[in-house]
Amino acid sequence: MAFGGIYAMKPIALSEVQAALQPYVDREVYLHLETTNGAYAAENLQGQAPTMAVCAYIRNARVRFHRAVIAGAGPFRAGLQMEIGWIYAEGLTDWEIDEHGRLLLAGHDVEGRLAVALELSFTPFHV
Amino acid sequence: MVILPHPDDETLACGGSIALHRKAGTPVTVVCGTLGEMGRNMGKPPFATRESLPALREKELREACALLGVTDLRLMGLRDKTVEFVDPEWLAGRIRAYLEEVEPSLVLTYHPLYSVHPDHMAMGAAVVRAVDSLPPEARPAVHMRAFGSGLINLGPPDLAVDCAPVLERKMAAAAAHRSQTQGMFARMEAKAAEDPAFREQQLKQRSIENYWFHAKG
Repeated sequence: MAFGGIYAMKPIALSEVQAALQPYVDREVYLHLETTNGAYAAENLQGQAPTMAVCAYIRNARVRFHRAVIAGAGPFRAGLQMEIGWIYAEGLTDWEIDEHGRLLLAGHDVEGRLAVALELSFTPFHV
Repeated sequence: MVILPHPDDETLACGGSIALHRKAGTPVTVVCGTLGEMGRNMGKPPFATRESLPALREKELREACALLGVTDLRLMGLRDKTVEFVDPEWLAGRIRAYLEEVEPSLVLTYHPLYSVHPDHMAMGAAVVRAVDSLPPEARPAVHMRAFGSGLINLGPPDLAVDCAPVLERKMAAAAAHRSQTQGMFARMEAKAAEDPAFREQQLKQRSIENYWFHAKG
């Protein structure tokens, strides 16, 4: 679905995304990795039970991994194996290659809200 | 001058007040700290991505400002979810520059302690710092929006602004922030359809903008 020229994501298809990950293997690439449950999660908004507001992100980590796998039956999990560690994301549902050629993977909840994102680029993400 | 961190804060927190001022012919400047880059609302169904969101929210902000009658919009270029981490003196200095240029008689912002989102509180704190750094005779009045479970610690508001005369305009501006409000409004509408008391409560909440004073000016 496209809206007024804005690219929109499609649901993840395992083989397609697996293929899309390959160009990033064994390269110095830029990573945006994020998870969030929203800044208002600790508030009792409109009857929702308050919980902790939890968020973590790293924007523009320069990383190198030698193996990239996407797994699962939906939502999906991605594991990127580095020489000295791992990059992991769980809960992925949608993806696209954006107009700048960057691979964007995201997990959206039932309300369409972003819950997790794993993005790869050959050039730094805009800060 | 309305000084808030995210596109949609100006409408959701102060939209009625802004529309009333514009209706009365008072010039209004909106200063928006960030482009809401790290928001998790992408529309319902999602039409934005983490990467497309900032440009989209800027577009939505401009549309909302136009609907509210605001012609002077400033973007500070800070980053969403980082306002509390930048040098507070630098940030207050940037705000002070806007105050010295425009010389507003009134500033609307968030309460530094009671507005839930860390960016809200950091912007409110920076505004207070900037205003307090001005010579006393040059300080504008500062009216602050507060909300959240912490409100129990604040006394009653100093001012309740009745926005009923401009509610339609406020809601049109809120709808213009489509990526942020589409899902939320759909949920609220669904609930309101089943629960007249909820509809009533929502109407009241949107129609009244409560302010606590930092300075009377």
